[in-house]
Amino acid sequence: MRYLKSMFSSKNRARTISFLMVIVFYAIIQSAIATRSISSLMKGMMVPLCAYVIAALALNLVVGILGDLSLGQAGFMSVGGYFGATVATLALQHVNNELLVLLIAVLAGALIAAVFGVIIGVPILKLQGDYLAIVTLAFGEIVKTIVSNIYLGFDENGLQFAFVNDTTRLSSTGTMIINGPIGLSGNARISTFTIGIVLVLLTLIIIYNLMYSRQGRAVMAVRDNRIAALSVGVDVSKYKLMAFVVSAALAGAAGAFYCMNYSTVSPAKFDFNTSIMILVYVVLGGLGNMNGTIIATAVLLILPEQLREFKDYRMVIYAIILIAMMIITNNQKCRNVLEKIKDGIAKIFRRKKGAADHE
Amino acid sequence: MNNQESILSVKGLGIDFGGLTAVNKFNIEVGKTDIYGLIGPNGAGKTTVFNMLTKVYTPSRGTIIFDSKDTSKMNSIDVNKAGIARTFQNIRLFANQSVLDNVLVGMHNSYTYSAFDAIIRSPKFKREEQANRKKAMELLEIFDLAHSADVPAKSLPYGAQRRLEIARALASSPKLLLLDEPAAGMNPVETEELMNTIRFIRDKFQIAILLIEHDMKLVMGVCEKITVLNFGQVLVTGTPDEVQNNPEVIKAYIGD
Repeated sequence: MRYLKSMFSSKNRARTISFLMVIVFYAIIQSAIATRSISSLMKGMMVPLCAYVIAALALNLVVGILGDLSLGQAGFMSVGGYFGATVATLALQHVNNELLVLLIAVLAGALIAAVFGVIIGVPILKLQGDYLAIVTLAFGEIVKTIVSNIYLGFDENGLQFAFVNDTTRLSSTGTMIINGPIGLSGNARISTFTIGIVLVLLTLIIIYNLMYSRQGRAVMAVRDNRIAALSVGVDVSKYKLMAFVVSAALAGAAGAFYCMNYSTVSPAKFDFNTSIMILVYVVLGGLGNMNGTIIATAVLLILPEQLREFKDYRMVIYAIILIAMMIITNNQKCRNVLEKIKDGIAKIFRRKKGAADHE
Repeated sequence: MNNQESILSVKGLGIDFGGLTAVNKFNIEVGKTDIYGLIGPNGAGKTTVFNMLTKVYTPSRGTIIFDSKDTSKMNSIDVNKAGIARTFQNIRLFANQSVLDNVLVGMHNSYTYSAFDAIIRSPKFKREEQANRKKAMELLEIFDLAHSADVPAKSLPYGAQRRLEIARALASSPKLLLLDEPAAGMNPVETEELMNTIRFIRDKFQIAILLIEHDMKLVMGVCEKITVLNFGQVLVTGTPDEVQNNPEVIKAYIGD
């Protein structure tokens, strides 16, 4: 009982709600799949949904917790995705266990993205606001362009690599892994919804545990007041870099997991629009609010598919819903109404709890 | 306090902003448990001195010897690690973090666990968090803030925010505490309490306190030694009595 109480204490409430939300969502989808009451289109969206939730949560770490605007999240997903998928394809030649290969791919994706996070993180530490946004935007575009020009394949003679022009001469038994603008080809489709949920939960554990620690407090202190943070001995650069690299690594893991769901993924998939889309999930869900991010990602990713019956008006309706959500969450009157509803729900809970205590 | 070893010894400190010399030839000797006042008319350069001591600004010339270490070449972080903590004239709290978290950020360098320890919630993490939380609550108790430990810092009333800033500075276990106008915006009752708090801090933590203040009742009531700054230069240094009766000081404040 005490454990239950601490789970809903003011400090842990957000965390508990996140976990419950994800697990309940998983249970609903799984039972829908079991009873065949879910369309195959929706079912196919579950893996990308998990990937985008991870990438959006990671971006919230930079935008919401650190307070810096990054527009390169898709770039990190791309780096992680392409490297992870390459590792997976090679690993599958030797390892038969798909689950193990998927985990290796996700880890490899996270690692390489972390390396890129450090490489671009160190020089941009001194930048703030718009400048950081510009550099990360450029990073995403550079990654997209470079990846579109990579040709990588393997045959019995080993790996073959070419840049810009496809000069790889694979034997008849060879396979292309990355095929220039076509992107990943011949991927093993080994990502599953269950693993996705596990990865989302892991991401939540990492982010929440970091947030409520010395490191997380330091990051938030840098956001709230840089000079004051320095005055109590917080190494501002170090914690900015830490938040940036953790975010990049998680985005890389998400990218690898995403890519392993499709047999082909073109580099154009991770373009500027994708970065902005992830940013929209974060902003709409609320800066620093992980629950909001999860809900916003789920709603905004599934919504366009559900709106298909409106045909040409689909994106118009999507845009109207987006604008309406922005207005509702930013309007003081609407907020007051929401606050009242929240209080009402809390009151019901308190009454129940009071009744339970009396028993 | 001449019979006492000094903790801070500043000689010939000066800074130029472009062609403007904001502070020049600034000297000060603060003893290990002194309560020392830095006063002067508006724009005399008092806060600039604080900013040089904590390396928000890099001095153009002069030496700062703190605790027998030369801090003039250090950065802000190392100055704090060496033992100087401060508050700010315009309150700089971590507004969105809770009152308790503000103090815990102040304790940042007394933690040793790594980010990995935090992610896996290792025993080391739990041990240190628990110990520091207890210490932080004791500090909040001293400043009468314990009851609002979980509210965001920005929702505290003004006087409480000033007290929280002092608590946060003390959390980094300094040997010298710099207070920049701690009584600004406080009513007479609060100022009276603040005077008691300042003495209490010195006695309990055995540290030196250097404070900038315009409230003469506080300065004369609590400081043992005072330096008066005017147009960026030291006008006079002495005990409250000496300073109060110095004709030059009266001239600087009131005019001819």
